[in-house]
Amino acid sequence: MIELKNVNKKFGSGQTALDNVSLEINDGEFVFVVGPTGSGKTTLIRLLIRELLPDSGKIIVDKEEITKKNYKKISALRRKTGVVFQDFKLLWERTLAENVALPLEVLGLPGKEIKNKVNQLLDKFKLSDLAQKFPVQISGGELQRVVIARAMIAEPKILLADEPTGNLDPKTSWEIVKLLSDINSSGTTVLMATHNADIVNSLGKRVIRLEHGKIIKDEKEGKYER
Amino acid sequence: MGRLQITWQHIRRSPYQALAAILVMLLTTFVACVFLMLAFGSEKILSYFESRPQVTAFLKDSTTKDQAGGIMQKLEETNKTASVKYISKEDALNIYKQQNKNDPLLLEMVSASILPASIEVSAKEIGDLNSLSDILKKETGVDEVVFQKDVVDTLVRWTTALRTIGVVFIAFLAAMATLVILTIIGMRISSRKEEIEIMRLVGASSWYIRWPFIFEGMFYGAMGAVFAWALSYGLLYYATPHLSIFLSGIGILPVSPILMLELLGVVLTGALLVGIFASTIALWRYLKN
Repeated sequence: MIELKNVNKKFGSGQTALDNVSLEINDGEFVFVVGPTGSGKTTLIRLLIRELLPDSGKIIVDKEEITKKNYKKISALRRKTGVVFQDFKLLWERTLAENVALPLEVLGLPGKEIKNKVNQLLDKFKLSDLAQKFPVQISGGELQRVVIARAMIAEPKILLADEPTGNLDPKTSWEIVKLLSDINSSGTTVLMATHNADIVNSLGKRVIRLEHGKIIKDEKEGKYER
Repeated sequence: MGRLQITWQHIRRSPYQALAAILVMLLTTFVACVFLMLAFGSEKILSYFESRPQVTAFLKDSTTKDQAGGIMQKLEETNKTASVKYISKEDALNIYKQQNKNDPLLLEMVSASILPASIEVSAKEIGDLNSLSDILKKETGVDEVVFQKDVVDTLVRWTTALRTIGVVFIAFLAAMATLVILTIIGMRISSRKEEIEIMRLVGASSWYIRWPFIFEGMFYGAMGAVFAWALSYGLLYYATPHLSIFLSGIGILPVSPILMLELLGVVLTGALLVGIFASTIALWRYLKN
């Protein structure tokens, strides 16, 4: 479970990123976080992997308060929280297979086991043919699938996706959403930040709307309101 | 990719930086090898002279064996001598022959007649050397008194100076090597900021990120030390026949392989420590978070 209690975050420029945000996300939920650019969606994701610390308030992930000053399990937190970054954050000098393998490498798994798991997942994500290509050699939709594969390779309990359909055409966007939906069906909690109204409206999942860092709406089967 | 593979990838992708680091470590450890060998050699030479009779009186050709016996008796009566030994011209020739048995040319040129007879005196206390020497100098049958204490004192001064120069020189070079490795690893860290950030975001622990850089520092240290040791061993091997002429009787040449392996152990440990130290500082400086 993810829990935020009265979380506030301001940046050095004085801009409010999150303003007294409290919310709860249960295990296995699929949640859309929507809102205009600068509403705090990305900040929320960065706080959930402790890439940022809030100015005040508490964040609890999987029963552990990750906002404690002396919190030492940052790497463990990131291993159980897969992230699909808006800017991909791929290693451009490594092949796609090597990129997908990265979370398992940092876990220290044996090479053979890593290879097997990577091959299985690439197969599942229909990326096997691209395994030895480099990120610059493939399309945006394929890149996004690679990033999701990397986020899922260590079988995390939570998947955070920051605008995964941002620069994709509608067809590819739907493929990505289908992929995330399948991941959620297998029990992984999915939190997806998006601008895509069609997707949000069609799926009928919980929708949290942020504006100027505040939660404006939190509906169980919500719609995207412009 | 394992940590060692990442290290190897770092090194392979910037071969000139790696070469610079290895060369500076090679220079440092080579100088360390040379000074350690000199320190060891001079220590042995010093021990050799310290264990030799401390005063040698060379006798005039006209001095008979009986007269020499008289001198020896006088010395023994002082009760300050540990041993007093008469070396006749023939004995001197035998010693000379033994020392130069491998050089027939030197043997041909010398006969017993040109070597002086001598009395070798070893004192019970170093402090008694002066009075024993004075007794010998007063004797008319004595041509020259060689006071070994002077030789030893000079050697001690040289050995101390050699050690001081060695320590200062090695410390200076080690500091330089540390700075070069620190700079190279710092550059590596800076050029891999993005990669390190991504690794952290997918759950890499701090040590997973640090180890390849520490291994890299160790690699430079180890490579420099092994090459420097091989170079100094090669030079010593080449110089051994020439040095043996000067150092015959002292028993340090040829240097035993075990001693050379010990030297390798010392310089390798030192170089690894320099590598670890430099990469640790680089990590502390460039990878604070």
